[in-house]
Amino acid sequence: MSIYLLRRAADRASTAALYGCMALSAAVLGLILAFLAYRGVGAISWEFISDHPRAGMTEGGIVTPIAGTVQLILVSMAFAFPVGVTTAVYFNEYSRGGALTKALRLAVRSLASVPSVVLGLFGLAFFCVFLRFGASLLSAGLTLGCLALPTLITASETALQNVPREFRDASYALGGTRWQTIYKVVLPSAFPGIITGGILCVGRVAGETAPIMFTGAVFFAPGFARSIFDSVMALPYHIYVLATAGTRIDKTEPLQYGTILVLLALVLGISMVGIVARARLRKRL
Amino acid sequence: MERAGEIVITTGGPRGARRGARKWGEIVPKGVVTSVALSGIWLMAFIIFFLIKEGAPILKETSLTEIALGQLWYPVSNPPSYGMLPLIAGSAAVTLLSSIMAIPFGVVLALFISDVCPERAREFCKVSLEILGFLPSVVLGFIGMAVIAPHMQMKLELLSGLNMLNASFLLGILILPTIATLSEDSLYAVPQAMRDASYALGGTRCETMFKVVLKCASRGIAQAAILGVMRSVGETMVVLMAAGGAAIIPLAMSDPVRPLTSTIAAEMGETPVGSPHYHALFFMGCLLLFITIALNILVLRIESGGGEK
Amino acid sequence: MRKSFAVLFFAAAVAVAGLGSAAGAASEIAINGSTTVLPFAQSTAEAFMKLRPDVRISVSGGGSGNGAKSLIDGMVQIASMSRAMKDSEINDAKKKGIDPVRHTVAVDCIVPIVHPSNPVNNLTVSQIRDIYAGSITNWKDVGGPDKRIAVVGRDTSSGTYEVWEEKVMKGTPVTPRALIVASSGALVQTVAGNPLSIGYDSLGYVDPKLVKALGIDGVKGTPDTARDGTIATSRLLYMYTNGAPAGDVKAYLDFLTSDDGQRYVAREGFVTLK
Repeated sequence: MSIYLLRRAADRASTAALYGCMALSAAVLGLILAFLAYRGVGAISWEFISDHPRAGMTEGGIVTPIAGTVQLILVSMAFAFPVGVTTAVYFNEYSRGGALTKALRLAVRSLASVPSVVLGLFGLAFFCVFLRFGASLLSAGLTLGCLALPTLITASETALQNVPREFRDASYALGGTRWQTIYKVVLPSAFPGIITGGILCVGRVAGETAPIMFTGAVFFAPGFARSIFDSVMALPYHIYVLATAGTRIDKTEPLQYGTILVLLALVLGISMVGIVARARLRKRL
Repeated sequence: MERAGEIVITTGGPRGARRGARKWGEIVPKGVVTSVALSGIWLMAFIIFFLIKEGAPILKETSLTEIALGQLWYPVSNPPSYGMLPLIAGSAAVTLLSSIMAIPFGVVLALFISDVCPERAREFCKVSLEILGFLPSVVLGFIGMAVIAPHMQMKLELLSGLNMLNASFLLGILILPTIATLSEDSLYAVPQAMRDASYALGGTRCETMFKVVLKCASRGIAQAAILGVMRSVGETMVVLMAAGGAAIIPLAMSDPVRPLTSTIAAEMGETPVGSPHYHALFFMGCLLLFITIALNILVLRIESGGGEK
Repeated sequence: MRKSFAVLFFAAAVAVAGLGSAAGAASEIAINGSTTVLPFAQSTAEAFMKLRPDVRISVSGGGSGNGAKSLIDGMVQIASMSRAMKDSEINDAKKKGIDPVRHTVAVDCIVPIVHPSNPVNNLTVSQIRDIYAGSITNWKDVGGPDKRIAVVGRDTSSGTYEVWEEKVMKGTPVTPRALIVASSGALVQTVAGNPLSIGYDSLGYVDPKLVKALGIDGVKGTPDTARDGTIATSRLLYMYTNGAPAGDVKAYLDFLTSDDGQRYVAREGFVTLK
């Protein structure tokens, strides 16, 4: 009997401990967000969002890095999205599991594990120096695209796998060729899932600093990048700059917390949209 | 890449000819899809090629033993010394400490979500974990540098708050979601029958979780842990901003460290292209790349081992 | 839905790309280089663009070496440097047909800084060297409280470090136990947050509200001591161009070295040429 009591006590204790762990991690997340919001909210104003940085980062706003981040997202997705979806189509529709497919899978897996700073080195050596794109929106965007590619492939593949077999069978039964089936039936039905994966990728890309440090993000740019060969300011790099390169820290500090808050709102906002969309998709399945 | 497309077209030829008019409508998309998909292989090959190409020349300046065992990292002194041991030790130390903090905690969180958490709160817990995973590392690095470091220095009366403990703690936060989410997936996939069997034998929930469910999911958890370690090895901004940057072999948790990633990020900008220092930094990139690829192969091994069962 | 998305997507991509050609008329100047030069490079660039709205100047701070590299690769028109170009860099440049021309744009000196609560006010060059070499590890050995010294330095490849190495360390290696930070601003912030620390930084970054500047051999770092070289650590800050500057690059450099431009240099805490 006492052993039974002991076991029950252990059970209760472990349950309590598990609740405690969850509460602790929720508290850490909450604390971080609350602290940043508390320190940053004072800096947020329309001017802050819509003005260019001025006077050595001590005045003005952060519209240049916001726009730069958006442009980086667009360039990276313009590269990663088509390539990612096509690769997923290959995996799911064309591949017969041969050596080529295995090699490709291994490559994609390895790509996913390349540390972001190593991707930055690669971007510097390949896009900036070898292809002569220089430190530009294009180089940085493509480097970020490489970062997003494996995630996009996995997400698109899952979406394609979730298309019911009957859809394909129906199309073949009506005499559709494989490509017609893919293009007119499979892709449209998988589309919401693919987009959701894309949105989550955008959330990841928007917050990355290390890959763009050497490939295209600059300390200060005069207004928006007007071509893909211009260098850009980007929000995450701007935070790093404000934290480490200001001459008057007392003046840049409020701007800094404001910038962090904007980046968090952007990244977490985008990923929330992705997460909610994914949850709704799953319910529908 | 175009050549790859051509090859596919020729191999598809005879079959296409039978189908007559539809031939091109079928073969062209297939060729295009295949060749675009191959860009993944190209990309990975390029990454490896360019890193080795830029990293290998350092071996002309110094020997491999000197790099691996040298204790002094003075890349621009005269004469320079390229000992990377302190940097490798720094990477290893923060990775180890952050894994020790994050892996057990992550697994416990995963257990909570998969087995204890009330159904209604499950989604909420999973979503908040996922959001934690989206926190940009530069933000955590900033917190470490501007908030934690001064406090840690004053409270614990350390020499500096920018140290291994600070950076590892933040790294732990960063890799926690990876570990917890992936572990949870494999815990949740353990068949209900396993749990039922344990309960039927009179096991409590605690015993079921730790003795049955955890064991069944051990492969998945091992994979999750390795993926977490992988992320920790490669993380840059947190260690750049919060680890202190002293190129020494750390002996205490309060020692500042200089992991490989932060060395690359801090010094790449200052070094002339083509100098031995530049090649040395790319060599570090190679090291990091090979470490992560090796870990990746380990994950694949575990995965395929699971398939045999 | 898919088609409309694809159209939108490519429209966005094309818009990003197309913006460039629309604005091709403006002349572009890119500056890259030393983090030390960043603050006044940015503020003079801002002021210059106000005078000449048709010119766009972007400023990045990859470090002195990066600046030289970008100039050699033809990626920028101006490289800002907190040290003179090395022979190896000049040789590289010559090989690629680039002729680096040096322009002195400001004066600077590097001063040791400590936390404002630290009672120490002055150190000799040899004391500083011993602290950085790791042979003095306690503040009481240099007239301070009985507390350990947290040595903070810059990356060995930064221009600031090189001047420090040449003028203070004179070849003695810095202890590997020193904390190393990646930029001038980070150094000030680290020292400001740690009562035990000592660091060194360009005069322009020294904010008396956050850190206390120490004298070297009894000489305080001021614009005068920096200009006439009485302080051991004075140095010049440079911008390099490919060949003699012309057009808008010349106009910007002229502006920077004019009295108007130098006012911005002074406002950022750096030392003017005159």
